[in-house]
Amino acid sequence: MNGLTFDIAHLLAGSLVLVSFMMLYQDRLFALINVFALHAMVLALSVAWQAYIQDAHHLYITAAIALVFKAIVIPVGLHRIIQRLGIHRDIETAVGIGPTMLAGIGLVTLSMVLMLRVTPEADPLAREDLAFALSIILLGLLVMVTRRNAVSQVVGFMSLENGLVLAATGAKGMPLVVEISVAFSILIAFIVIGVFLFRIRERFDSVDVGALDDYRGERQ
Amino acid sequence: MISTVAVLLWGLAALLATAVLAGAVSRRAFATRLVYGTALVISAALLVTVASHLASNSGEVSAITLPLGLPWTGARFRLDGLSAFFLIVVNLGGTITSLYGLGYGQHESAPHRVLPFYPAFLAGMNLVVLANDAFAFLLSWEFMSLASWALVMSHHRDEANRRAAYIYLVMASFGTLALLLAFGLLAGPAGTYAFDAMRTAQPGPLAAGAVLALMLLGAGSKAGLVPLHAWLPLAHPAAPSHVSALMSGIMTKVAIYGFIRVVFDLLGAPAWWSGVVVLLLGGITAVLGILHALMEKDLKRLLAYSTIENIGVIFASLGLALAFKANAMPSAAALAFTAALFHVLNHSFFKSLLFFGAGTVLTATGERDMEKLGGLIHRMPVTSFVFLVGCVSISALPPFNGFASEWLAFQAILQSPELPQWGLKVIVPAVGGMLALSAALAAACFVKAFGITFLGRARSAVVERTHEVDRWSLAAMAVLAVFCLLAGILPGLVIDGLSSATLPLIGDRMPVQAAQPWLSIVPIAESRSSYNGLLVFVFITISASLAAFFIHRFASHALRRGIAWGCGFDQAAPAAQYTAASFAQPIRRVFGGFAFRAREAVDMPAPGALEPAHIKVDMHDVAWETFYQPIAGAIDFATERLNYLQFLTIRRYLTLVFLYLVILLLVLALWP
Repeated sequence: MNGLTFDIAHLLAGSLVLVSFMMLYQDRLFALINVFALHAMVLALSVAWQAYIQDAHHLYITAAIALVFKAIVIPVGLHRIIQRLGIHRDIETAVGIGPTMLAGIGLVTLSMVLMLRVTPEADPLAREDLAFALSIILLGLLVMVTRRNAVSQVVGFMSLENGLVLAATGAKGMPLVVEISVAFSILIAFIVIGVFLFRIRERFDSVDVGALDDYRGERQ
Repeated sequence: MISTVAVLLWGLAALLATAVLAGAVSRRAFATRLVYGTALVISAALLVTVASHLASNSGEVSAITLPLGLPWTGARFRLDGLSAFFLIVVNLGGTITSLYGLGYGQHESAPHRVLPFYPAFLAGMNLVVLANDAFAFLLSWEFMSLASWALVMSHHRDEANRRAAYIYLVMASFGTLALLLAFGLLAGPAGTYAFDAMRTAQPGPLAAGAVLALMLLGAGSKAGLVPLHAWLPLAHPAAPSHVSALMSGIMTKVAIYGFIRVVFDLLGAPAWWSGVVVLLLGGITAVLGILHALMEKDLKRLLAYSTIENIGVIFASLGLALAFKANAMPSAAALAFTAALFHVLNHSFFKSLLFFGAGTVLTATGERDMEKLGGLIHRMPVTSFVFLVGCVSISALPPFNGFASEWLAFQAILQSPELPQWGLKVIVPAVGGMLALSAALAAACFVKAFGITFLGRARSAVVERTHEVDRWSLAAMAVLAVFCLLAGILPGLVIDGLSSATLPLIGDRMPVQAAQPWLSIVPIAESRSSYNGLLVFVFITISASLAAFFIHRFASHALRRGIAWGCGFDQAAPAAQYTAASFAQPIRRVFGGFAFRAREAVDMPAPGALEPAHIKVDMHDVAWETFYQPIAGAIDFATERLNYLQFLTIRRYLTLVFLYLVILLLVLALWP
């Protein structure tokens, strides 16, 4: 592997982390979904680059799945959901942007330190890749934790899954079946969650998950 | 040619099928006869299979691997000398209990709660003994525990039974957890769960010590070792009486099998101090068990506590065997080990017999409380006689079987001066003293059990209307009584039969007893000691007959009249008799202070007041209060606090998971 391919792979994975950071401070739902679409697009690029340098053609399929479903179908679907729910004007964060960004920086540091420490003998590309992937997973979890709206929790979950795909493609020899099944399970999760969103909305006139807690009659 | 273990497994499959069938037909009238009859036939068939295997090719190992259970592992089963002996104990008990159940089961109020689990319980015990890998062992062990738990729960409308079953379930899970950890340690980092692989691997001293401790917790809690015994006197009596007999007489033996299998077979060469631990626990268990039994007035609970005492005797013998084995004294180790196995067999006979007797009394009178019984010998002569045989056997009186095995145990104790370690030299005689004390107390206990229940005058009206029970029950008890006598007067045959179990584990066996003249048994050499049960039996029979003859022939037949002031016995008030509590009072006064923290207080009314005086006795189960209550309290406290976690919001759950993940990653990152 020469320096340039490594640098490009590094650049793409690094920009994925950057886009994850961008997701952290979006307080409008449309903006959040747009950033998610960008996230998926960068993922598709990254996976395609991995397919090119590993000479693994099945990874192109993974990249195509990421592009079609995650960068186009799911964001468009979420846009429609939001319009139908009429919540596109909502502003929502449970935790302030400043602390969230700081926590994100801490998480990225943690995953870097950890991955570089526990995988000293691994392939350097896979190593960096894993460190970035772990950062993306943790940032996705952070999005889920810091949001109160069900739609943005779904987005956080999807970006977490993007981190998983990045990790899987960075490791050589992952069979295509695994990736396809992961992608489809995510799609199905999206559909199920979408259906549930409308059900929740019908019942509570809100997709703020806090409404569920009120319904349970318990403290927030 | 199909192997013996395969035949046995087919038999067990038949038992399990019977259990399923019983679940389907259990509400029909014929179900009781059908299920117990089938269980009787299958158990007898299993018994014959094992016995013929032993007789035709003793010592030969028969093994099989079934493609069941975990993938790549399968389920291994194996029949060797030790498992063959325990299979005989289990299936002999199963056969006779089924015979008893044919009669006793007719009086069952809720047969559909008993019948499906009874064959399953029998099959579970068989499977534990046959298992040859950790997975099969633990699965069978849990199956056995759950089946017996269901049987304990069969009369679930009684609050006390529900509580007993709950405590039993908790203790059974705890025991299985300990076993799981023990097998985990034995399997080592390679994770070989087959017993054959464990047998060849030799764990380090630390791991071996941990395995021993875990086995004492796991098998000991099932067997009833103090201080893990508290569930046993609750759960065993709560089941129907024939199941009580199985649990007390047989299932505790299966637990001992598990202990022997791991500690003597899989663990490799023992350290000398492991013998000390087992010995001391055995001695303490024996004394405390029988002291508790003495204080009981509930007949079945008394028998359950006496089980604990016998388990103590067996564990003490096993501890001796460990100590001798560690010091390369194979003949003494074989003696102690044989004593333990012999006592296992004997206890399964007489404890089943006694529980059957208690069940018969319960059927006839509806009472378990001895203070309300009495005088049953006039109403139930056969039951009284066989119960007396059981009492004499368990009190270790010659010529019955209890004496033979306890005598062997004491012979092994007498070998202790040859041990090199001073610790053992001091402790073994001390434990011997404890065993002697417990044997004496056991005799007192069963004088009380028999005397209060069967002798004297009836203490309640219900006893006056009772009569003897059905023939199936009586036949089962009579068979056991004959076994008790036979094993007592022909102990040499049993000892020779045990050699195939002793030889592979200890590396030696007791001298061949069949070669001794006049059916004597000789533990080490004739110059040291020997015992002839037959001679004692003949002597006792002749002298007792002569005494009876002389008394009847030459005693005065003159008519006697009672005197007017008959020392309180002129009025025939049954309340004036000795009661169970008053019989035990001297012993309670001697031992109660430290064993039960007993306090007596006399509540004397003021002079001139008309109410009666009372004597109040305040007793505590020390093990319960020292070990169980603090742990239960801690668990309650923790669950109370953790209950808060059941009512969080979704986001907080996510946050908890997230934080936990981050903490784990941090630990990984910062670990040196």
